[in-house]
Amino acid sequence: MPFDMELESVLRPPQVPMPPYPSKVIILANGKKMVIRQAVREDVPAILKSVHPCLFIERDYYDVVSARLYGELLAWYRYRVKSEYCLMGQVDGYLVGVVNGRLENEKVGMSYHTLAIDRGLRIGSHLFAAKMEYHMDFMGQEEVLIVAESPIGFRRWMIEYPLEPTKIPHELGGGDSYRLTRALYEAAKPRLVVGDRPVPQDLLDEATAEIKFADDDTIRERIAGLKGR
Amino acid sequence: MRDVAIIGVGMIPFGRRDEDTLMDMLAYASLKALDDAGLGDKGVDAVYVANMGGGMLQHQSSIASSLVDRLSLLPAPADTVENGPASGASAIKNGLLAVASGYYDLVLVVGGEKMREVTGWRATDFVATMTHPQAEYPYGITLPGMAGMFTRLYMEKYGVTREHLLAVSLKNQEMGCLNPYAHVEMALDRKGIYDSPHAVVNNPISADPLHLYDLCPVSDGAAAVVLCPLEMAEKFNKHPVVISGFGQATDTHTLAEREDPTDLKAVTLAAEQAFAMAKLKPSNIDVAELHDAFTILEIAESEHVGFFKKGEGGKAVVAGKTRLGGQIPINLSGGLKARGHPVGATGVAQVVDIVWQLRHELPENRQVKNAKTGLTVNFGGFGNNVLCFILRRAQS
Repeated sequence: MPFDMELESVLRPPQVPMPPYPSKVIILANGKKMVIRQAVREDVPAILKSVHPCLFIERDYYDVVSARLYGELLAWYRYRVKSEYCLMGQVDGYLVGVVNGRLENEKVGMSYHTLAIDRGLRIGSHLFAAKMEYHMDFMGQEEVLIVAESPIGFRRWMIEYPLEPTKIPHELGGGDSYRLTRALYEAAKPRLVVGDRPVPQDLLDEATAEIKFADDDTIRERIAGLKGR
Repeated sequence: MRDVAIIGVGMIPFGRRDEDTLMDMLAYASLKALDDAGLGDKGVDAVYVANMGGGMLQHQSSIASSLVDRLSLLPAPADTVENGPASGASAIKNGLLAVASGYYDLVLVVGGEKMREVTGWRATDFVATMTHPQAEYPYGITLPGMAGMFTRLYMEKYGVTREHLLAVSLKNQEMGCLNPYAHVEMALDRKGIYDSPHAVVNNPISADPLHLYDLCPVSDGAAAVVLCPLEMAEKFNKHPVVISGFGQATDTHTLAEREDPTDLKAVTLAAEQAFAMAKLKPSNIDVAELHDAFTILEIAESEHVGFFKKGEGGKAVVAGKTRLGGQIPINLSGGLKARGHPVGATGVAQVVDIVWQLRHELPENRQVKNAKTGLTVNFGGFGNNVLCFILRRAQS
């Protein structure tokens, strides 16, 4: 569809380049190495292919989280959201998880979603931690506003960090925001934020060469199958 | 008293069975056991159902009555047996006594639990209802909490180390990968859960000094056995396995009241009774399934039943003595650690796994060659109600 660039200039929010998130590698419980790196806009179509099968999984609110994530990434891809970023986790090139968020302003970050496409390996936990690391250590923000849409998310973020409840509405429109302050982040960092930098070149090359994704049935089985944990 | 044989066994894969009700799972496992025995349309004389949490988790009672109707086994007498996480073995004991006494000939025993219907903390709270209602529960104790304190004491007294616990965890999850019935089919990596800075996130402390991978998962699942007198057993499909010994003992409800909280007296007593009845010694056992709800329990139970001296169990795991091909292979099913722990099902599942061992039906990578005798320990509460079975392959 051809763009009317004159109209687009009105519809599109100002495009502010996001600071780089330096890739890192984490050894998972099963010994596999997960590379966490920043997605670029051109990665979105490939990421959406992995998110798509999750839209139809009710278990643990995967449908809600992935539908919203899908929309958020699509909006970023098609220039309808300001200051959004996306980090992704890859194992052997395969996409295993995605997190995203945006800048509310220079000092406050807005956490959007965390989607673990493989389960039982604390991939979501590692990716959420990377997201907080990006806001705090690499963008120098003072706080991040967060909500959970699933009991698992509540346990992982609100309880594990633990986050501070507020009465501030969250952009996602659900429950009131919880806040990660710098003090909370620094206290939680030693037990929740890990990863080695720089990523060995061979691992980085494998991750960037192609975003591989499992077939729909495999993804559904990993998330909602009998062995789902 | 008559000798009692197990003539049929059945199990459904453990895990998160969102699509199945508790009754579905009990029925599937029962039908598998009845088919395995080759009972065909024959009914059974009685049914014992092990379940701990139907009333609390599913808001369902009279589970045994419901199951016999579901299985079209009416008017078979049916009882539900609730004995905490030892419910499964307790139900088998009831079936065993009923057949041994001569009162019934064919008895179905099935155990099942559906625990993933609730959040993890509700499941933890449900399990904690077995603690003392005045002296323990109100203070927030959980079973992982108790196990943590027990582990600390055991480490101090017997020199158990995190390396020993880790060895149990790695072994049992490796075996779980070979067991299609296991909830967790994921091999762990030493570096990923212990030897790297990343392990702090992958394997966080759950109840100091126990970490996430020292604990069994919360699972749904069911398992069943069919019992009959040994003299009738040859009429059925499979090579019979005889329950040649059993023992059961209790201990103080509160852990704090025990003279030595590291002494699992009920395990020792139950095992002694079972060995005496079977006229065997620990060295005669070819394979064992122990109740490793926490890694420390596999080590402690292996000592309390007499496989190893106190303080030697942990070293034995590290030395490979409890692996396939070792001195006494333990938890080749993956144990509770990997197979999972649907509390009402566990005691039955342990017996099912030993029956498969003694019938020599498992694949080579899990089968103890020429296994003739096996032992199970089903551990209720925190060792306040323990059952031990010794099974032997019937002579041809």
